[in-house]
Amino acid sequence: MKNSKSMKFRIGIGCLALGVMSTLPLFAQDVPDVGPHPKQPPKAMESHIGKVTGHSKDAAMNYRRYCAGCHGDLGDGNGENAPWLDPKPRDFTIATFKCRSTLTGTLPTDQDLFNTIGRGVTNSNMPIWNTFSDQQRADLVAYIKTFSPRWEKEKAGEPIKIPAEPAVTIDSIAHGKALFTKLECWKCHGPEGKGDGPSAATLTDSKDQPIRPYNFAAGTDDSRFKCGGTNQDIYKIFMTGVDGTPMPSFADTIQPNDAWDLVHFLRTLQVHRHSKENDVLKAAGGKIPAYVEKEAPAAQPSNGAAGGGN
Amino acid sequence: MRASKPCIAVAIATLCPALMFAGTISGKVTYTGTPVKQKPISMAKEPSCDKQHPTPITTETVVTGANNTLENVVVYISAGGDDANAPSQAVTFTQKGCQYTPHVIALHTGQELHVVNADQTSHNIHPMAKANPEWNKSQPPGSPPIVQKFDNPEFISVKCQIHPWMHGWFAVLKTNHVSVTGDGGTFTLPNLPPGKYTVTAWHEDYGEQKQEVTITGNETKSIDFSFKAKAF
Repeated sequence: MKNSKSMKFRIGIGCLALGVMSTLPLFAQDVPDVGPHPKQPPKAMESHIGKVTGHSKDAAMNYRRYCAGCHGDLGDGNGENAPWLDPKPRDFTIATFKCRSTLTGTLPTDQDLFNTIGRGVTNSNMPIWNTFSDQQRADLVAYIKTFSPRWEKEKAGEPIKIPAEPAVTIDSIAHGKALFTKLECWKCHGPEGKGDGPSAATLTDSKDQPIRPYNFAAGTDDSRFKCGGTNQDIYKIFMTGVDGTPMPSFADTIQPNDAWDLVHFLRTLQVHRHSKENDVLKAAGGKIPAYVEKEAPAAQPSNGAAGGGN
Repeated sequence: MRASKPCIAVAIATLCPALMFAGTISGKVTYTGTPVKQKPISMAKEPSCDKQHPTPITTETVVTGANNTLENVVVYISAGGDDANAPSQAVTFTQKGCQYTPHVIALHTGQELHVVNADQTSHNIHPMAKANPEWNKSQPPGSPPIVQKFDNPEFISVKCQIHPWMHGWFAVLKTNHVSVTGDGGTFTLPNLPPGKYTVTAWHEDYGEQKQEVTITGNETKSIDFSFKAKAF
């Protein structure tokens, strides 16, 4: 009796084992191959930030540990956290970047990517990675460049030239306001820069995700812009455009000095933020006067003299 | 002396087919079923454009003509043709009345594209390129044309985000043998030397179809494409 019972048990175990063994290969076939299996190891890339040279091979560990959770092992922005994030993590495989010092459609410089990692991206889940050493950040920049073949075929764009910032005056602010109206920045950003323009509600990024125009009025002393907090950074944003988003480049349409006037006006839209622009506005009575187009430079060529640079 | 005869023979053999036997592939694109009704566009937010359209225009995702003909279909030689160089003539894409005219343009890789703003309002031109670098430029009224090129073949969806109803397509192809169907849904692909060709018809909503065609000499081969209309 005892024997037959244990026999039954043994047969049972055997059947179970057979069953498991026979289903295993089937199971393995049914599971889609979702793991990160790049067809070949990525080509080694370098980055150059000042005197630091970054090597992609040295960043593999840090990328997997700190970046892949959102940006994915394949750099396609489909990390395991990605479904819960808004805005979505950057897809490095298409090499389209928001924060650049270079013209729209071109690759950013190594320094641009290095700055983004260190600065983080306001209003997103990208933190400030100031825990990395410069060398580690440079290595990560090189690693990011392994995800798109564009980095092998193309050179980074030339950084745009930014003239020295002129003094903030009420005239400069007034001219900036005129540009804001003329160039129809308000169509998305709203007449008071609150991000509530007539087209604001319909905006999507290049991956069809809804996206909001920047709300200047919400800015406080602590707030940053997506691509940096200085006046130079604001200048860069509208001249280079924010690639992958509805924000276009105005490099072909705004003259360099006019761009500074626009920067000065944009600062006054940050009504809750202390700035030299708001001080100038306050000193002028808190009201931006209507801008009057200066006719003087246009009248000069009539006396026959060759126009000087102005 | 003896060598020159084969040379002439080779020269005739290579040059003559192109000159003497210029085959043509032509036909018509139609649809079956009932296409989705196109939505009317309200341009109330842009008065300068609104007043250019006494009767409101509609979206142009599916544009049809009499007898079930289908417009805005890009018909091109996708295989078998020569990858001739880009024509030196530029292709113009105009923004007028807050609408892209034409809705679909075909251009060769490397061919110059001129984007013109004929409106009294600013537009931003944003081709959502994937195989090419993605750029996005502002073009206020009175600006000179934006001149650009695309190096890689792809169908690029083009948007103006200031006016979200504006939508068009750049068909960047590696061939000059291309025809975009207009009124009547007809296409013509002339100047084809003898050979075996793959003709592809692409529609932005209905996808693409292919047909094999062999041109043997100075002849016109007629082929038709029929797309099944999507219910929604």
